[in-house]
Amino acid sequence: MSRIETRFRELREAGRKALIPYVTAGDPHPDVTVDLMHRLVEAGADILELGVPFSDPIGDGPVIQLACERALKHHVGLRDVLGMVKAFRQTDQRTPVVLMGYMNPIEVMGHMAFAEAAKAAGVDGVLTVDMPPEEMGDLSGCLADAGLDPIFLVAPTTGEQRMRLICEHARGFVYYVSLKGVTGSASLDIDAVAERVERLHRITGVPVGVGFGISKPEQAARMSRVADAVVVGSALVKQIEARADDPEGAVEAVTRLLGSMRHAMDAAHVRTA
Amino acid sequence: MSKSEAIDFAQFPSADGHFGPYGGRFVPETLMDALDELTEAYARYRDDPDFLAEFDRDCVDFVGRPSPVYLAERWTRQIGGAEIYLKREDLNHTGAHKINNTIGQALLAARMGKKRVIAETGAGQHGVATATIAARLGLECVVYMGAEDIQRQAPNVFRMRLLGAEVVPVTSGTRTLKDALNEAMRDWVTNVDDTFYIIGTVAGPHPYPMMVRDFQSIIGREARQQMLDRTGALPDALVACVGGGSNAIGLFHPFLNDADVAMYGVEAGGHGIESGEHAAPLCAGKPGVLHGNRTYLMEDENGQIIGTHSISAGLDYPGVGPEHAWLKDIRRARYVTVTDDEALAAFHALTRTEGIIPALESAHALAYAGKLAAELGPGKRILVNLSGRGDKDINTVATLEGIEL
Repeated sequence: MSRIETRFRELREAGRKALIPYVTAGDPHPDVTVDLMHRLVEAGADILELGVPFSDPIGDGPVIQLACERALKHHVGLRDVLGMVKAFRQTDQRTPVVLMGYMNPIEVMGHMAFAEAAKAAGVDGVLTVDMPPEEMGDLSGCLADAGLDPIFLVAPTTGEQRMRLICEHARGFVYYVSLKGVTGSASLDIDAVAERVERLHRITGVPVGVGFGISKPEQAARMSRVADAVVVGSALVKQIEARADDPEGAVEAVTRLLGSMRHAMDAAHVRTA
Repeated sequence: MSKSEAIDFAQFPSADGHFGPYGGRFVPETLMDALDELTEAYARYRDDPDFLAEFDRDCVDFVGRPSPVYLAERWTRQIGGAEIYLKREDLNHTGAHKINNTIGQALLAARMGKKRVIAETGAGQHGVATATIAARLGLECVVYMGAEDIQRQAPNVFRMRLLGAEVVPVTSGTRTLKDALNEAMRDWVTNVDDTFYIIGTVAGPHPYPMMVRDFQSIIGREARQQMLDRTGALPDALVACVGGGSNAIGLFHPFLNDADVAMYGVEAGGHGIESGEHAAPLCAGKPGVLHGNRTYLMEDENGQIIGTHSISAGLDYPGVGPEHAWLKDIRRARYVTVTDDEALAAFHALTRTEGIIPALESAHALAYAGKLAAELGPGKRILVNLSGRGDKDINTVATLEGIEL
């Protein structure tokens, strides 16, 4: 059983929902990323989503674009990110880590070399924003051989037939994009999201996470009632952006916001339980 | 004989948009449905007599097609080698080949009921061509342009605004064409219901490389017939510049099954390949994934896309259309580079010997054609795509030569 599967089973048994923070590796400085990962776990993260910086992140809004640029100033590449995961694993063998990024860094490393290196570093899942299941090719087998979960996005525009196709390939969890837009956009329609998540639940037994546009503790709480996991990215990265020259302060601010989301989610669970 | 002779090039890409290992659809999930919708709509209209008649009518009445094929006699004599013929895309409305594609896509957008079109632009030529057809069809038009390019191309920015387009400066990344493309993609992800993205070159996710190629192939179809009518034979070689590669594929495609016609795509060598300051992914890059397709890219050892340099803004792009990547691998076409200085020399040579000021992009093709003409010698014929006129570049040339206008 994969670390992600185990984590969702534990949560289900405890009657809780997963909180998944996203941060870009190397933002604001590569030296603080591993510490930030541990601090996020302490603040209530169940799974970590670690962004691999890319020069051309077409699926991301301005907040994560700038995070990539800050990390790229320090030349943080895929190998460096794997090094950070390896360092994190020295003291945390339980918290699943999902890499989120774009196809080209993986292409350059080579599909098999990447899968083996990621596994060796302690990565659990791989979400590649610009790689739909149709284009996976041999990467699919490479990830499977290494025991890595391919995580896919499902969008509001995804039809029933594609939903099924994606769910066939998905392991770990399915990531439902809660709005038409890039990461960090505004305006969430929670009822519409609930309806789509329900449809996904009917199609697959794989847990469903929801992300894009969740910025406030109360939104996280409401989403956690309909989904198995809540992903928070841009709202956290904004905290880093505001303190980019003060990496320690940035870590503090991010963990504080995540902690308040955890608190709101757990309170919502107690009320609905 | 070469292995490419057995291939019927009309059969490519595959149904899922691949040219060998290249092409495909590497986009965020939100766009997959829109790409399916576009693929379906294009499949419905690409052979529809009404649609094609409308396209042809606009090509004739609005663009001024067919563009002539012109024998550059004095320049040929000066070089003393093969005859050099020019396909005069510079005579099109808006001054370049770009308009062929924007008309095709805008007519498709209108048939699909989309009221808003968006585009990316580098030098501003594709932006102007998009704004032009949007004005003619009454479509809302937003053009993304790198903040850096906006500085360098003020007249084209004003042209787009005169035509009613909104020009949005892009300040992320290198603030040039590739970042404008990123931003247009983000707009499309956000406004996918009512927006049609008019991509300006034969790159991007399927069906764009195929669709843009089809619209631009009017260049090669006309030129093939014009050469036959005029000389009784096909040319020995075709030469075109390659940035994203739309003018080149437009010229090459109708000749691909003519195995005896050699093809040369000319990339921007900038300050020379060895300097690292160039825009030549086919000659000096590696395969990767960017902007929705797998193709040759300029990238670093971590897979980050790196900045490019060319004297010509229209060639200043780190990727290239996937069909070119494939044609290179199977050796149906050859890809070469020409430096800034060589392009500039050809710019002057054509201007002085033929009275035609070529775009700096096209000057790359001319520079290589000049070398090739000398190599092939008399009795051979070379057809060069003169993809655009050079009026837009006179400021650049003047600045380079220390002249204040």
